[in-house]
Amino acid sequence: MADFRVSDIDQQIIDKVIEVGNSTTAFTRHYEDNEHEFPPEQLEGEMGFDQVLPLFFKRKPDDTPMMTFQMLLSIARGSTNGVVRGLGLAMPTGRANGLGNAALASAGTKEQVSKWGNLFLAMSITEPGAGSDTKAIQTTARLEGEEWVIDGDKIFVTDGVRCDGAVVWATIDKSAGRAGIKSFLVEKGTPGFDLVRKEKKLGIRSSDTAAYSFRNCRIPRENLLGGDETVPVGGGSASYRGVMKTFNMTRPAVASGGVAKARGALDFATSALAAEGLEVDWTRSHAQRSATEQKLIEMEADTEAATLSVLHAAWLADVGLPNNMESSICKAKGGEVCRTIPQGAMELLGGMSISHDHLVEKYLRDGRISDIYEGTGQIQRLIIARGILGYSSEELT
Amino acid sequence: MISFKLSDEQTMIRDSLQGFAAEVLAPKARAIDEAGDMPAEVIAQGWDFGLIAASIPEAYGGGGGDRSCLTNAVALETLGGGCASQAVAIMAPGQFVNALIDFGTEDQKAEHLTRFAGETPVAAALALQESQFGFAAEAQRTTAARSGNGWVLNGEKRLIPLGDRADHFLVLARGPDGEGLGAVEAFIVPRDATGLSLSAETGTQGLKPVPKAKMTLNEVVLPGSARLGGDAGIDAARLINQARVGAAALAVGVSRQATDFAIPYARDRVAFGEAIGKKQSIAFMLADMHIECESMRWMVWKAASLLEHNDPGAAKAAVLAQDYVRRKAVKIADDALQIFGGHGFIRDLPLEMWLRNARALTVLDGPVSV
Ligand SMILES: Cc1cc2nc3c(=O)[nH]c(=O)nc-3n(C[C@H](O)[C@H](O)[C@H](O)COP(=O)(O)OP(=O)(O)OC[C@H]3O[C@@H](n4cnc5c(N)ncnc54)[C@H](O)[C@@H]3O)c2cc1C
Repeated sequence: MADFRVSDIDQQIIDKVIEVGNSTTAFTRHYEDNEHEFPPEQLEGEMGFDQVLPLFFKRKPDDTPMMTFQMLLSIARGSTNGVVRGLGLAMPTGRANGLGNAALASAGTKEQVSKWGNLFLAMSITEPGAGSDTKAIQTTARLEGEEWVIDGDKIFVTDGVRCDGAVVWATIDKSAGRAGIKSFLVEKGTPGFDLVRKEKKLGIRSSDTAAYSFRNCRIPRENLLGGDETVPVGGGSASYRGVMKTFNMTRPAVASGGVAKARGALDFATSALAAEGLEVDWTRSHAQRSATEQKLIEMEADTEAATLSVLHAAWLADVGLPNNMESSICKAKGGEVCRTIPQGAMELLGGMSISHDHLVEKYLRDGRISDIYEGTGQIQRLIIARGILGYSSEELT
Repeated sequence: MISFKLSDEQTMIRDSLQGFAAEVLAPKARAIDEAGDMPAEVIAQGWDFGLIAASIPEAYGGGGGDRSCLTNAVALETLGGGCASQAVAIMAPGQFVNALIDFGTEDQKAEHLTRFAGETPVAAALALQESQFGFAAEAQRTTAARSGNGWVLNGEKRLIPLGDRADHFLVLARGPDGEGLGAVEAFIVPRDATGLSLSAETGTQGLKPVPKAKMTLNEVVLPGSARLGGDAGIDAARLINQARVGAAALAVGVSRQATDFAIPYARDRVAFGEAIGKKQSIAFMLADMHIECESMRWMVWKAASLLEHNDPGAAKAAVLAQDYVRRKAVKIADDALQIFGGHGFIRDLPLEMWLRNARALTVLDGPVSV
């Protein structure tokens, strides 16, 4: 039966994740100011995921299903004040888990998965001239004997500095549009593959973002993910669809990152204002509330709605139902609240909210990315509009 | 455990009401709204689903099913997706019945619930709204004072659904003890009580054909047994939040209906040589409408579910659901009208009616309950 309560053990896990997340708060500002300095494996006083893990064994089969629960944990983790390691998309289990790993898992052959599964893989699609319009990428791959030769420029590669390699999109037939696009696994150290720079960013500074260049970069023929070298006529190739399917799984996770920043900013504002004697009285009607109370209620409602949309998309995956529309819905909602809620929190807190004395300003900076990567809010709306109107991607652009 | 799965029974109720809403309620909605009159036959047809009697305990002749706020939210959303006004006329007695099930003493249940378990519709209503602008349920101006073993009520209640025909009302009033919601009491008041007068309202913008009455309470003397819950009284927050979430559930239905009506129009209507649905300003409006229909539904489900379990988070969830739906439902109905341009403004189409209904449902704390 539909239910929105979490069990005691799940609440304990959530609380513990928050405790772990806050354990490095003393170092957060340092790594904001020194954005290209990677924190050491263990910071002083840092609690690890090993503190959380034992609690997982106490979960019962009828507790919240795993993917849904992970979204709750991701929101909890991302709302904390400590040093963020990577994007915090996955639980910090210590195991490599980049966006490229998700692509490998869904588009790779069995042999490829077992061969590269332990590498930390970034995902490299975006180019200086093509972001949202992924089918317009210009990087090429041409087969020469038993090697693919890759040429082109890539930007905005998350984890691109720290990763062991990347899943790189390139076209093997420009005239074929989307059908010509394939993904290739390129390992670090391959001649012709260069790390050009690390970007300086508004937020998520502990997540590195790289620019790559590929010049006559040769990789083995079997590095084409999925192994299908054909270019299907008239439409999307299986590997392109495979990657798009990956997004159905990663979008709720990315959305949860946006919701987390909304949650963090809102929690900060709520307790900071409570300390000033400004608290929501939940028994008061609309007409009896102060403007501050009403604003807090609206922010709470918006954050809750986004949270529920994320949980819904994840839950559908948990029970094996299709979630392509829902993963776009939750990404759109996460992308909305990651912007509006930190902005609103600072509005309520006033001038001191910009100060580096406090971390609330960081939520605005860190949250903002969630409406950009993995499909902007506009792209999510395109997907949703096509879905409800029954339009193809050619009919509604 | 977090789950979005409806029970088999809830799914069955939703499916059967969906047909009723689409095939019976929706086709008549415009004509009924224009006439400003609710046909008795609509109420009787709705009554036949047994939605109100379902959770009356068997001891009082009811179905003995679970008293489920979530089931009611699902039913209300579905009925609201056919016609909100007819849905209110069908479900308004549920406000009285649900409150009795939740808070009534054994005597009160025995006296009143049996009547609602039969095959013919019985009208009863919650008298909540008052005349003042900025009405707040926790700041009732209607008062209940103790007098001997009984009570004396004074005040004015407005916009009472089915007020023209209800035999009994559940009147909310500020009692002598407590503050805010803690002071709010509910009284079972018969229509013929001395000092109680009823008159028809002048008319309303939204929920236009729902019969509505104004009630004046002038030194209405009631026995001690009229206080709902007896000495224990009621949990007014829970009762009022059930009404708020009920209205929100209906508003989700209206929003869904307006969105589903606008989608095919956007595909068909051509302007500047192509379907308006191919223009992003319209397509994105529709995408947002769809996004918010879904989001609103989960907000309502969560609030209803927590209310059902009497969870400590229920009051907050209800306020959040009401706030969210208040902002989104009106915007959706309004945007749907915009997609139809001038045609949306003409009363041949239901767009303007849905805007009025969405506005009514999101400023009232009621007129149905989960
Ligand atoms: C920190 C960071 C990390 C990233 N990580 C990765 C990564 O790991 N791998 C990777 O491949 N990429 C990554 N990206 C790239 C990201 O996915 C793109 O920035 C994003 O897809 C948008 O592309 P763009 O920046 O080229 O903007 P553009 O596509 O040029 O869009 C510009 C604006 O136009 C709007 N727009 C575009 N098309 C349409 C349309 N059809 N209808 C309406 N509006 C439209 C967009 O919404 C946006 O507002 C990352 C970016 C950042 C900033």
